[in-house]
Amino acid sequence: MGLWYSISGILLLVFFVVIGIEGIGLYSFFTIFIPYAAVLLFVVGFIYRVLKWASSPVPFHIPTVCGQQKSLPWIKPDNIDSPYTTGGVVKRLALDIFLFRSLLKNEKVDLEAPHRLLFRTSTLLWLGALAFHWSFLIIILRHLRFFLEPVPSVVVILQRVDSIFQNLLPILYISDLIIVIALGYLFIRRIIYPQVRYISLPSDYFVLLAIGGIAISGVLMRLIYKVDLVQVKEWVMAMLSFRPMPPKGVNLLFYIHLFFVSLFIAYFPLSKLMHMPGIFLSPTRNLLNVSRHRRHVNPWNLPVKVHTYEEYEDEFRQSMKEVGLPLDRE
Amino acid sequence: MSEEISKDKPLKIDYTPPRERWMEPRVEFRKGTYGYPAASKHEKYLELPNPREWQPNEEDWKLPEDWKEIILKGMEDRLDRYRSFRLFLDICVRCGACADKCHFFIGSGDPKNMPVLRTELLRSVYRRYFTLPGKIFGKLAGARELTKDVLKEWFYYFYQCTECRRCSVFCPYGIDTCEMTMMGRELLNLVGCNINWVIEPASNCFRTGNHLGIPPHAFKSTVDFAIDELKEITGIDVEVPINRKGAEILFVSPSADYFASPHWYTFLGYLLLFHEIGLDYTWSTYASEGGNFGLFHSADLAKRLNAKIYSEAKRLGVKWVLGGECGHMWRVIHQYMDTLNGPADFLEEPVSPVTGTPFENAKSTKMVHICEFTADLIQNRRLKLDPSRNDKWKVTYHDSCNISRGVGLLEEPRYILRNVCNEFYEMPENTIRERTFCCGSGAGLGSDENMEIRLRGGLPRANAVKYVKEQYGVNLLTCICAIDRATLPPLLEYWVPGVEVAGVHELVGNALVLKGEKERTTNLRGEPIKGEEEELHV
Repeated sequence: MGLWYSISGILLLVFFVVIGIEGIGLYSFFTIFIPYAAVLLFVVGFIYRVLKWASSPVPFHIPTVCGQQKSLPWIKPDNIDSPYTTGGVVKRLALDIFLFRSLLKNEKVDLEAPHRLLFRTSTLLWLGALAFHWSFLIIILRHLRFFLEPVPSVVVILQRVDSIFQNLLPILYISDLIIVIALGYLFIRRIIYPQVRYISLPSDYFVLLAIGGIAISGVLMRLIYKVDLVQVKEWVMAMLSFRPMPPKGVNLLFYIHLFFVSLFIAYFPLSKLMHMPGIFLSPTRNLLNVSRHRRHVNPWNLPVKVHTYEEYEDEFRQSMKEVGLPLDRE
Repeated sequence: MSEEISKDKPLKIDYTPPRERWMEPRVEFRKGTYGYPAASKHEKYLELPNPREWQPNEEDWKLPEDWKEIILKGMEDRLDRYRSFRLFLDICVRCGACADKCHFFIGSGDPKNMPVLRTELLRSVYRRYFTLPGKIFGKLAGARELTKDVLKEWFYYFYQCTECRRCSVFCPYGIDTCEMTMMGRELLNLVGCNINWVIEPASNCFRTGNHLGIPPHAFKSTVDFAIDELKEITGIDVEVPINRKGAEILFVSPSADYFASPHWYTFLGYLLLFHEIGLDYTWSTYASEGGNFGLFHSADLAKRLNAKIYSEAKRLGVKWVLGGECGHMWRVIHQYMDTLNGPADFLEEPVSPVTGTPFENAKSTKMVHICEFTADLIQNRRLKLDPSRNDKWKVTYHDSCNISRGVGLLEEPRYILRNVCNEFYEMPENTIRERTFCCGSGAGLGSDENMEIRLRGGLPRANAVKYVKEQYGVNLLTCICAIDRATLPPLLEYWVPGVEVAGVHELVGNALVLKGEKERTTNLRGEPIKGEEEELHV
């Protein structure tokens, strides 16, 4: 059900752009107002959400320990999975952020017989997620050429490497190919695996479809419906200098692409996409396992009612005396 | 074991999700799948909210009039006090990697036992009342009204999570369902929805110093009984100091160790070890519990029970504290105690009086795990050990959830085991260490009325035990958790008959060659040291 809501939502949005541009000619609305509003929402929303998390304290020291603690000198400690130095925790976070290491541990459990379990390593989700995120990042970096003048050599090199197969397939970026395949996989797995389908919300499909919309409109602009890139860059530079001018006569695909990008960044702080900054703050991953070595302070450590030894002895004095247990007060 | 469960009617497991969407709350309180609610006298003793007599399978839960406001206010309060709560509610992408990591899901196939959905039960309410998309789009954004049925669902599923944290190992963001369950339970407790298996031990512990409610004179007589038993087995008179001021070390262990079986033999093991090394130590009757069922209720109750350890250490004037074999006890001591009731600046940094080894890792909390202590003794060759006395056992080791994923104490017990027995076999790699499977009965779920869920939750652990039993003939599962020792025997009896359960220090006690002991003919269980078959051949 959520799936159909999302698909119709996406189609409705495409329709909205087509009518807006082709029908009414709302160029300024789609190329100036919406992108500005989206960026504003993104920046304000992103900062607000991160500050909101940061304003809640971490009362207890709760790393998820996945390796040997540092204890006796002759037992080899695991500084990544049970980090005891800042370097260790940085490595642990970096491996999770750049290589999705926790996801790599994934395994699938099946019933081999009625009560016999079969464990199989399952790396497809890891591969799909990694392929998607990395190609997305590379595509974003490639787009810097629209935002910077002169274009930094790093971006140029990245672009060259990404289009290394040009001789085989003209002007096809590797990252474009990968992101489309990866998105396809991430989308299809939500439909075909019964459990994943069961937990999926409309927003889960929606985000994938919106990013899919961005990717496909982008690829089509590159491969089939050429867009006047000079005009696009002029529009970007004008936007950046706050003297906006709508580009005119650019292919409709550009407006669809831009609208989905705007939608994506505006939606970002309102959604699960906030997992991107969130992982940095995750207390099970970013704390050192030195809980007994260094005291962790809870800022709201509330006073509680305890049962004191005096109260205890008062209740049991007689029987303690009878069996000869030492007493504080006879 | 309850009557419904027998081997003739094997438990059915089906991983196909039902047709209805999970957003419709629907819980059937079937016998064997939930714990009885707390007796009101215990709630009253602890001054907890809304004490009353009620039953989960009845329609009316006798909630306070303003239960909804209480819960929502409690949620708001906790969102501001726990970063984990707000963050983990916000950042889940529902990738599903956690789904088949939960022993309850693996053993039941109930989709709401997938960690992701267990948390969605809370998350959907959070969205409805605390997020913009949820307020605007409602159900479409995955938001749900907080209704009595939702509350009942919370009760059912948050008392069907053992807070083992296995899912958080596999989550790409480290989302810890334990934190979510803790928050869920705290909220339920605000309106008096809890289970007796948590509240009664907590109330006992508050009053008598231990979960089992053993008063000081009974503690003394149980110790005397142990002394007699040890005399019979080893010929040695062991001294066991209780509430002795001026001792160097306070020893705290889970109360089951000196009251339940097979814990008892671990208790005997401790006593022999301390006698042999001439440890200057004391037990305490006031702090006669290392475990902390308060943790399964709320951070506040955990603090109230835990306070006794430091306060008793101070009263007795000891230098540092040594702790026995227990799982969640060590989650509290390692990750909570110093924060809750520290700083322990009246104690000294722990140093082994036998080897002189400083326990650097416990520098601030000043409490050392007995496996760290014993491993250091063995490594320094301070113990004379005869591992052949454990030859009747083919041993495997079960990592307790809290010890592995909370502390990272993985090698110490293994080092000890390799020194005190001759045949030690590991279970498959993906079922031990940080990936260990829970016994299925932790976090207050270990009651008999909850047996069906316990057996289901214990299936993955039992499966791994079955594997080593078939491969190597393993007949003993060792562990360093009192809940494991209490709940694994019936579980293994059901799934893998023929495998016994023991604490690591039981095997230490067996192997330990005492100065001046008589020739031992039986192990600490009173069974002949040589396996029965060998006996017959002689």
